[in-house]
Amino acid sequence: MPAVSKGDGMRGLAVFISDIRNCKSKEAEIKRINKELANIRSKFKGDKALDGYSKKKYVCKLLFIFLLGHDIDFGHMEAVNLLSSNRYTEKQIGYLFISVLVNSNSELIRLINNAIKNDLASRNPTFMGLALHCIANVGSREMAEAFAGEIPKILVAGDTMDSVKQSAALCLLRLYRTSPDLVPMGDWTSRVVHLLNDQHLGVVTAATSLITTLAQKNPEEFKTSVSLAVSRLSRIVTSASTDLQDYTYYFVPAPWLSVKLLRLLQCYPPPEDPAVRGRLTECLETILNKAQEPPKSKKVQHSNAKNAVLFEAISLIIHHDSEPNLLVRACNQLGQFLQHRETNLRYLALESMCTLASSEFSHEAVKTHIETVINALKTERDVSVRQRAVDLLYAMCDRSNAQQIVAEMLNYLETADYSIREEIVLKVAILAEKYAVDYTWYVDTILNLIRIAGDYVSEEVWYRVIQIVINRDDVQGYAAKTVFEALQAPACHENLVKVGGYILGEFGNLIAGDPRSSPLIQFNLLHSKFHLCSVPTRALLLSTYIKFVNLFPEIKTTIQDVLRSDSQLKNADVELQQRAVEYLRLSTIASTDILATVLEEMPPFPERESSILAKLKKKKGPGTVTDLEEIKKERSSDMNGSAEPASVNASAVSTPSPSADLLGLGAAPLANSAPPPSSSGSLLVDVFSDSASAVAPLAPGSDDNFASPDLASSEVVSEEPADTVHDADELFHKFVCKNNGVLFENQLLQIGLKSEFRQNLGRMFIFYGNKTSTQFLNFTPTVICSDDLQSSLNLQTKPVDPTVDGGAQVQQVVNIECVSDFMEAPILNIQFRYGGTFQNLSVKLPITLNKFFQPTEMSSQDFFQRWKQLSNPKQEVQNIFKAKHPMDAEITKAKIIGFGSALLEEVDPNPANFVGAGIIHTKTTQIGCLLRLEPNLQAQMYRLTLRTSKEAVSQRLCELLSEQF
Amino acid sequence: MIKFFLMVNKQGQTRLSRYYEHVEIKKRTMLEAEVIKNCLSRSKDQCSFIEYKDFKLVYRQYAALFVVVGIDHTENEMAVYELIHNFVEVLDKYFSRVSELDIMFNLDRVHIILDEMVLNGCIVETNRNRILAPLLVLDKVAES
Repeated sequence: MPAVSKGDGMRGLAVFISDIRNCKSKEAEIKRINKELANIRSKFKGDKALDGYSKKKYVCKLLFIFLLGHDIDFGHMEAVNLLSSNRYTEKQIGYLFISVLVNSNSELIRLINNAIKNDLASRNPTFMGLALHCIANVGSREMAEAFAGEIPKILVAGDTMDSVKQSAALCLLRLYRTSPDLVPMGDWTSRVVHLLNDQHLGVVTAATSLITTLAQKNPEEFKTSVSLAVSRLSRIVTSASTDLQDYTYYFVPAPWLSVKLLRLLQCYPPPEDPAVRGRLTECLETILNKAQEPPKSKKVQHSNAKNAVLFEAISLIIHHDSEPNLLVRACNQLGQFLQHRETNLRYLALESMCTLASSEFSHEAVKTHIETVINALKTERDVSVRQRAVDLLYAMCDRSNAQQIVAEMLNYLETADYSIREEIVLKVAILAEKYAVDYTWYVDTILNLIRIAGDYVSEEVWYRVIQIVINRDDVQGYAAKTVFEALQAPACHENLVKVGGYILGEFGNLIAGDPRSSPLIQFNLLHSKFHLCSVPTRALLLSTYIKFVNLFPEIKTTIQDVLRSDSQLKNADVELQQRAVEYLRLSTIASTDILATVLEEMPPFPERESSILAKLKKKKGPGTVTDLEEIKKERSSDMNGSAEPASVNASAVSTPSPSADLLGLGAAPLANSAPPPSSSGSLLVDVFSDSASAVAPLAPGSDDNFASPDLASSEVVSEEPADTVHDADELFHKFVCKNNGVLFENQLLQIGLKSEFRQNLGRMFIFYGNKTSTQFLNFTPTVICSDDLQSSLNLQTKPVDPTVDGGAQVQQVVNIECVSDFMEAPILNIQFRYGGTFQNLSVKLPITLNKFFQPTEMSSQDFFQRWKQLSNPKQEVQNIFKAKHPMDAEITKAKIIGFGSALLEEVDPNPANFVGAGIIHTKTTQIGCLLRLEPNLQAQMYRLTLRTSKEAVSQRLCELLSEQF
Repeated sequence: MIKFFLMVNKQGQTRLSRYYEHVEIKKRTMLEAEVIKNCLSRSKDQCSFIEYKDFKLVYRQYAALFVVVGIDHTENEMAVYELIHNFVEVLDKYFSRVSELDIMFNLDRVHIILDEMVLNGCIVETNRNRILAPLLVLDKVAES
């Protein structure tokens, strides 16, 4: 092998480089370089024609100068001249100069193209290789125009040398990327696919890159590549470690090619052909098995190469997301890596596990590693590994572990690197909101965030906590108390002053009864922070003060004194001055009534997408320092796209409360949005005008009515509706006493309901929310009634649009008429295509007999008179059952009212008992119903008695109501 | 896709740079300076992948020389990490115990080797003998 100055060693070059190395300072280096540039320039301009050797020497010097970061504005022409040299060494250096120094919009391209054309026609494989490399690396549009027709021919011609084929494949890839319009698909496409079968692994390596890019844009045309890639992969994976000779790297057969093939397969859904699918599964299993075998070499290169393939195989398994067995094995493998001594492996394992967490098959398996991940957060010495751990905790978070994860993230935040604090703050805020069952926990969490990392709590975060407190009256008193306490700290963050000021201004009255937080104390506390705050915060506090004037007339004069002080009225800041003047005036001239109106409590905020989530997404976006970004715009949007499924999945599991939904998916129309326009007569308008009662079931405190979204979700997705409808019964029962809420939810889909009934008519709005970022196709919901049911229940549904965009929601209306009493519930069947897979699921639609109840008020005397009239054994149905929920009288009352009957107070001689009365309206008849519920607190039992004129009705109502307590 | 391939020494001097997307020379020097700063600030127990702007850096250190590769999200980190080693082994084979000086004095040959391995940001050849084949032809021509 050659020594330092090799082959045709260029002495001048060596001297120059040595000189540069000996330069003691940057200035000296620049001086030496300028001297050399002047020298070369004069040589190029000189009269004496330079020989090839000299040209080559100078071009090499220019390359070196360029590498040092100096722009080269001459020598291009000389390089182009070298291209037409017949000496390989000269030609080579010419191409090198051009591919390093010439960019795609150079004026020289035409001259270069000429040289390339000659070399391509030369049939000399070395020259052809050089020319193709040049196209692959420069790849301008002009080059595409000149060669896009020819390259495919070279690529698939039978007599092309292997090395030329390799270059041609990458060359075509370049042209396709820069000018796809100039690379028309044609006969060559099918022959390109067959390059996957080529004997030569170098050709396969190059072709796989080309095919992957082409397949991403034209999946149909390159579909056949799937089976070819699988069989090639299978041959590699099962080969003995010496079979592939030079393509074996430290006993791993063709690792880079395997990775590329696995990438290619990620352009497609799982193969449909069972044979191909089986073979692929076998391959993936073999790869997973190999990870457990003792290593064939102790060298780290061996395990690295093996793991490169393994990680790619796991990516494919996650991409397919269809083989629970493989997914769980992948998860176990990654779990092992989480504790590996190599940092690289721990990092990559955390990263892959993040995507694994969003698969419904492996979500649970991922969750078992929570302790290890939390430990990583505490002990990893590398910030990027810790960041991955945070991402994974975020991805694996659900209702069951939210409290733990949020607590750990808060813990970590205290010591976290500054670079990732803001992101952690956003994540904590999102998780706390999304999984808040108890909103006091949410308020505590956000206040903790402000305490620990106040500087990183952006406006979006503290705006959101205020929105939520305003929209949920169950947490307002707690919030006021908590901020009041937090403000006691001698030094608190300005963000806390903002939140505290706003909340006390609205709800300070809720804690004013306590002498420790009397109006004056609240005011003094806030005002003690005033002078330390920035102008916007002070402006906010002034608004709080005027709100106090309304809330607490007793401290009006104190506040007026403050507003009147010079530091306010004559404040240099015009905004503060104006507020002080206006508020002072308002407090002086306005009557109590006007003040109360002007300064009324803020109305609930309209539902909107959480800006926190938008911000988190934005943070993941590209930075902006180099021009690389401009070129990569397209790519970075791809990247965001690919990141999205995880975040959408994670966030779309919305809780049913109106304010908790981060994406505005589903909950908004379920809750307090304006009613949809209705044109069908006064009946529905009536119901809508009574919107307070329609919203009531969603009111705080009724959260326990909502099943956790995970409930029965995985079981419900199935091909056989009959089996699975049963599993959803529990969710179904939640709707007996209420009309709105989330009926069903899994990883893909959320179904929400809003319905109203009056006499024997009803209308139900079904909202289908696509939780993924991918379109649902052929989306067909069907409401199915059994034959029996059809005669007693008339349902009319309007068809919905068959495509549901990612993140979008569609609405379906069902008009309902009850003809006669009925037992069963209709079934809602939903079919659609998601990605490549067909989804079919069925849920019971909660249209139950009690929905057609009209309450009837009656006196004790009337009640017992009718009770006796219905004493025929066939009219009475009784059930004695154990309490499933805590026996709370208020909740029981709410449920009986929700059930539809009137709740009759002071009717039963025993005040612990509940009695109710109502009439079931059907088109054909009206059926009077009486009910009596006798709780036995000691035994934790209930006795429920139903008396109606019709046995079947008594029976059904008793069944439905028994499930509620 | 591979965005760029760099060899930089501990003093921050670039010894090889190959960009697979056009980057202006001024931005190159800035980028190279930042990249090496990033690598130098890391200790041995940190991982070899750095998230940098919207791409990733994969790096390995050989004596005083860092090899740093910028990749996008479609690339497999571990495979690129071993690609670096494969490249260094090819250099080692050709120069018999490669040093920083070999790379400086034979910039054109190092470029040829890299171009045989990575083309247009894609791995095109991994077989050492085939990577070196064109170069051996070149040396033979030069000798004659």
